[in-house]
Amino acid sequence: MTLTPVLTAHWDEADSFTIGGYMRHGGYTAFKKAFQSEPDDIITLVKDSGLRGRGGAGFPTGMKWSFVPQNDGKPHYLVVNADESEPGACKDIPLMLANPHALIEGMIIAAYAMRCSHAFIYLRGEVPHVFRRVNAAIREAYTAGYLGKNIMGSGFDLEIVLHAGAGAYICGEETALLDSLEGRRGQPRLKPPFPAVAGLYASPSCVNNVETIANVPYIVNNGVEWFRSFGTEKSPGFKLFAVSGHVKNPGIYEAPLGITARELIEHAGGVRDGHEIKFWLPGGSSVPMLTPDLLDTPMTYEDIAAAGSMLGTGTPMVFDDSTSVVRAVAGWLAFYKHESCGKCTPCREGTYWISDLLHRLENGEGQESDLDKIVELCAQIAGRSFCALGDAAATPFPAAIKHFRDEFVTATSTPANDSFDPFAATVFAGATR
Amino acid sequence: MTVTTQTVTVTVDGVAVEVPAGTLIIRVAEMLGTAIPRFCDHPLLDPVAACRACLVEIEGQGKPQPACAIPVTDGMVVKTQHTSEIAEQAQAGVMEFLLINHPLDCPVCDKGGECPLQNQAMANGRGETRFDGTKRTFPKPINVSAQVLLDRERCVSCARCTRFAEQIAGDQFIALLERGAKQQVGTSEDQPFDSYFSGNTIQICPVGALTSAKYRFRSRPFDLVSSPSACEHCASGCALRTDVRRSSVMRRLAWDAPEVNEEWNCDKGRFAFPYLSEARLTTPLVRNEEGNLVPASWPEALRVAAAGLKKTGAATGVLTGGRVTVEDAQAYASFARTVLGTNDVDFRARALSAEETAFLAHHVAGKPVDVTYGDLEVAPSVLLVDFDPEDESPIVFLRLRKAALSNRTKVFSVAPYMTAGLAKMKGTLIAAGPFDAAAAIAGAADHVKAAGSIILVGERAAMSPGALKAAADLAASTGARLAWVPRRAGDRGAVDAGLLPINGRDTGAMLAEAGKAVKGLLVGGVSATDVDGDLVAAINNAEFVVSLETRHTDVTEHADVVLPVAVVTEKAGTFRNWEGRDRAFNASIPTAGAISDAAVLEELAREFGVELGVSDFWSTAAKPEIVAGAHKPSVGSGQAVLATWKHLLDKGALQEGEPYLAATARVAVIRVSPATARSLNLVDGGQATVECCGKKATAPVIETAGMADGIVWIPSNSEGAALNLPSGCVVNVSGGVA
Amino acid sequence: MSFSEQTRDKAREIISRYPQSRSALLPLLHLVQSEEGYVSADGIAFCAEELALTTADVAAVATFYTMYHRKPVGEYHIGVCINPGCGILGGDTIWSTLCERLGIGNDEVTEDGKISLERIECQAACTHAPVMTANWEFLDNMTPESAIAAVDKLRRGEEVKSTRGPRIRTFKENELTLAGFDDGLAGEGGNADEYMLAGLKRAKELGQSAPEVKK
Repeated sequence: MTLTPVLTAHWDEADSFTIGGYMRHGGYTAFKKAFQSEPDDIITLVKDSGLRGRGGAGFPTGMKWSFVPQNDGKPHYLVVNADESEPGACKDIPLMLANPHALIEGMIIAAYAMRCSHAFIYLRGEVPHVFRRVNAAIREAYTAGYLGKNIMGSGFDLEIVLHAGAGAYICGEETALLDSLEGRRGQPRLKPPFPAVAGLYASPSCVNNVETIANVPYIVNNGVEWFRSFGTEKSPGFKLFAVSGHVKNPGIYEAPLGITARELIEHAGGVRDGHEIKFWLPGGSSVPMLTPDLLDTPMTYEDIAAAGSMLGTGTPMVFDDSTSVVRAVAGWLAFYKHESCGKCTPCREGTYWISDLLHRLENGEGQESDLDKIVELCAQIAGRSFCALGDAAATPFPAAIKHFRDEFVTATSTPANDSFDPFAATVFAGATR
Repeated sequence: MTVTTQTVTVTVDGVAVEVPAGTLIIRVAEMLGTAIPRFCDHPLLDPVAACRACLVEIEGQGKPQPACAIPVTDGMVVKTQHTSEIAEQAQAGVMEFLLINHPLDCPVCDKGGECPLQNQAMANGRGETRFDGTKRTFPKPINVSAQVLLDRERCVSCARCTRFAEQIAGDQFIALLERGAKQQVGTSEDQPFDSYFSGNTIQICPVGALTSAKYRFRSRPFDLVSSPSACEHCASGCALRTDVRRSSVMRRLAWDAPEVNEEWNCDKGRFAFPYLSEARLTTPLVRNEEGNLVPASWPEALRVAAAGLKKTGAATGVLTGGRVTVEDAQAYASFARTVLGTNDVDFRARALSAEETAFLAHHVAGKPVDVTYGDLEVAPSVLLVDFDPEDESPIVFLRLRKAALSNRTKVFSVAPYMTAGLAKMKGTLIAAGPFDAAAAIAGAADHVKAAGSIILVGERAAMSPGALKAAADLAASTGARLAWVPRRAGDRGAVDAGLLPINGRDTGAMLAEAGKAVKGLLVGGVSATDVDGDLVAAINNAEFVVSLETRHTDVTEHADVVLPVAVVTEKAGTFRNWEGRDRAFNASIPTAGAISDAAVLEELAREFGVELGVSDFWSTAAKPEIVAGAHKPSVGSGQAVLATWKHLLDKGALQEGEPYLAATARVAVIRVSPATARSLNLVDGGQATVECCGKKATAPVIETAGMADGIVWIPSNSEGAALNLPSGCVVNVSGGVA
Repeated sequence: MSFSEQTRDKAREIISRYPQSRSALLPLLHLVQSEEGYVSADGIAFCAEELALTTADVAAVATFYTMYHRKPVGEYHIGVCINPGCGILGGDTIWSTLCERLGIGNDEVTEDGKISLERIECQAACTHAPVMTANWEFLDNMTPESAIAAVDKLRRGEEVKSTRGPRIRTFKENELTLAGFDDGLAGEGGNADEYMLAGLKRAKELGQSAPEVKK
């Protein structure tokens, strides 16, 4: 399948991130077109396009917008989830660095559709340069008259505020994000009420991922038919696939949904000579790892699910045979333990316990019975935690033990770094050359 | 108003039951006698579904769901741990997780034996732990306040305490800090958990993480004998549980009274009980010929007391104090009027007015229960007059805050400044000092016009001339209902019993006439510091004084006969709370020889050859007309009008002997409006001295925006600044320390 | 420390961005760090005062987020991503190399106060692994040698440029940026680097593009 640069089409131009660079290629025409339609028609358009959320869950975007009750007399809020923190996911950050105006124009259209006059971008705090870029883009849009009061004489107002988080993966969970944006601890909220009914400031709200919103101007300008010419019936459109790990040319590859991981890895130069792929993750550490025999699975929501994983953020992460899977899984569990918000028992205590057991295995300590114990502990978290973070934490180990049980058994007596020379897996040992 | 409740049918473990729509699954299970494990769930706190202990299976749902957070819907089929393996495994898994970092130090934990974690681990957990790692540890315990200690290792992060602080008390001085496995309850460095309601967090903590300095390591729950009690500390009327070991009160807990205190109480009611056993009088005392008080037998003491009182007869004044039970109040009333033949009887040991006497006679005395806590919760508007509920009737405060937070009720307050309590009730201040209160009340008609509105008048209104009449008139003209909220547990019962000077001298007049027209005094539980006047001088001036007291006081020291009476834990009785609701209680510590005021008075009456009966005083009493006080003093330069009340926690006699509680009390400050600060040359944050009638107090100044001008506020009887003068005094105010 | 009237003005400007003042708490804490280099008890009190919250309420928030430090960090706060995507590709080696070089561990500061180290989780730059940050500016595709070189330069006060951003400024300066105050550096660091352009370059090489819109 061919690569199809749309969002990335002009990133190689020196001013790609400026309003001038964006407008040179048709930027800020879509929102004017949208303003010619009724807001409800825009929602219908996005519904018809089949656009699904690019943040990981893949929920149909148009449907999410339609959940926001209209003409209820309450303020509505659009909140862009720019808290990209999923291990393996690194697509929104480049998008905001290179093409922030697509996001802003998408927000104008989305806000218009949901009749919202106040929008926020919740950006993870650890990326000050992205903060600068996006804020500069917002200022340019204000200066151009595309934001503010009575935009282009339409009678539509929109204020956009860029908000920096402060280090908490959980804030990618939309209700935790809302609490954080309200100046609270980023712990997820009890649902119902759902954000569409009582979100930010207890008002109807919609939280969308950066890439999702950045798609919108292209859908408005080019139409549903064009958008659906990419991808599959259930997964239409194109996607920023960030290919990382043990490949020669890691980076952002924009292609239709349905391209296979094998194709993407091939575009990325493949793994280094003399090595083979050991396992790969289709979209973040929170989705089950897959083995190389499934590399030909189309990267769609439905096909990857059928293969036993999830498309997630659509950012394949590749590990070759120099990698200790024990070390990888122990690292991810340490991450979930670090990022567990502490609200619910299974996630808070379960990640503490499992992380400890895996840490021991990584150091060549433990017993074989620990392996079944960890599987059971994961089952005690999955489906029982307050939010999806617990489910995510319960994902890596059961997937890994399915394919690599022997390696975990070895780990009960041999440290991972003895079984696998850690240097051999590094970039500076040539792992990506 | 008729309330129609929609019902739904839900099946729990195969049993179909009809319940009101919106009932949570966990409550439905309770109705059916099924205990689903829970930690974060508390019926009076918003659900959070954080602990996940209560997961149950709901037919049609893929994942087990938290029973504490899901309202039942019609046709819902729920399976608890008793009928669902999914639910059972989910609950057992959570229980196992809860215990991995718990120290399992039950043998040395206060909660051991009454611990929800212990109990539910036994019922729903596995016998042996599979955890062989290193437990998370914290230094322990830490003080979150002088009274409340926190053991973070035992904490299960249920957030009951922090949610209580936020949702119920409004004192967010404790919060969850850090995150993940490091998450812990804590305070900020500069602000301890000094909340009037902090003790409730100890009681609702489902583990032993929160303990009190008072009770820590004192007892085992199974060594305690518990009895239901009514709180004697104020007129809120809380149900308490008193736990006794070997005839000593070990602790007191809030007890369940949905119509009154729900499941809460204040820290005074919870912790202020050492006084019950301190400096107790154990034997009658009689002043001998040398002028010394010496122990005497009961017959002798009664004989001497009766002989003296027979002499003073109708020229005896009777001061009962406000801590009387209904039964004791009736006995005092009968004794005064039928035995002594005096109308000089008054329960008020504080500043008062003739306007108040008449107001109480017309609008309070003998009234059946009218305005209730429940009414406060649904009132569209509540106007407070000279009444700061947080300080003066904390359970009224909690109920009003609950009403205000649910956006049902708007609270207005005629007060000198926006108190912390008023702010927590999202209240609106109608700024007025003692001499503007009446006009402010008259001008507040628009606020209480809505049907169901309520006016709550505090006992301090007696010091605001015209305020009580204005409140009564406002109620009459708007249809708002009126209630009087005094501070002491016996005040309302005393009014109903007729301990008011109808056709007689009030407390002030009795003190003034002591030794003159008032020859003898019969004094109940009255503290000299409380009275507006010189009680000790009056006792010295009087020819003959009989004191009924529980402990040694300034009064007993100067009396001619001292008759020891029982404290609340030693007797049965009834307190009538501000609503007029009777709060009956039995003796927690039945004590031989400890007898109530009523029993003593009956014996004393027998010395007169009279059997004390109960009479309905108000059926025949001639109620005086309410005449608005009109006094308005002139205020010179360097002066201001005093506004004052006692904080909930102060130097009151009933709080003696409890240093941990005292350490959480509010510190005295002087409040003035910015304009008044300028005119008095006071500096915000600097010291100032307030002085009048030979009494003075120094405290830091807080310029208080929105405060009534020309007023200086300072607490009464407070640690650090015990200026015990009534509101309305014109005081000299000067910057600096005098 | 006490906060100047200028800082209070900044706080009010932050608060004015939001429909409800409490939303300003996270940027306010960044503002506090831009003044103090961490969040002290005074900083907590400052936020509490500006937003009419209790200090416990502010402390609860300040301790939840890892970017807020309750003790001073270095002038250059160095992060090394040790999440497997970076850690396995070299982050772990870089981490131990830097610890050894600086003689400090996680959450520790060099004696001269210049450098502090933190083991950080995923920076959303896995394509650029192994990744470090200096006051949260990207230092992509690092090696133990380049990591040492960068840290040594920062320690000596020499200029180090972010691989996707401007010259590395101080921790306090960047915290002010995150509080929402423009530093004029948005244009620094170029449009996109080779990793961001890998797909576009490949598409151009292969002559591949998105389909045209049918008119």
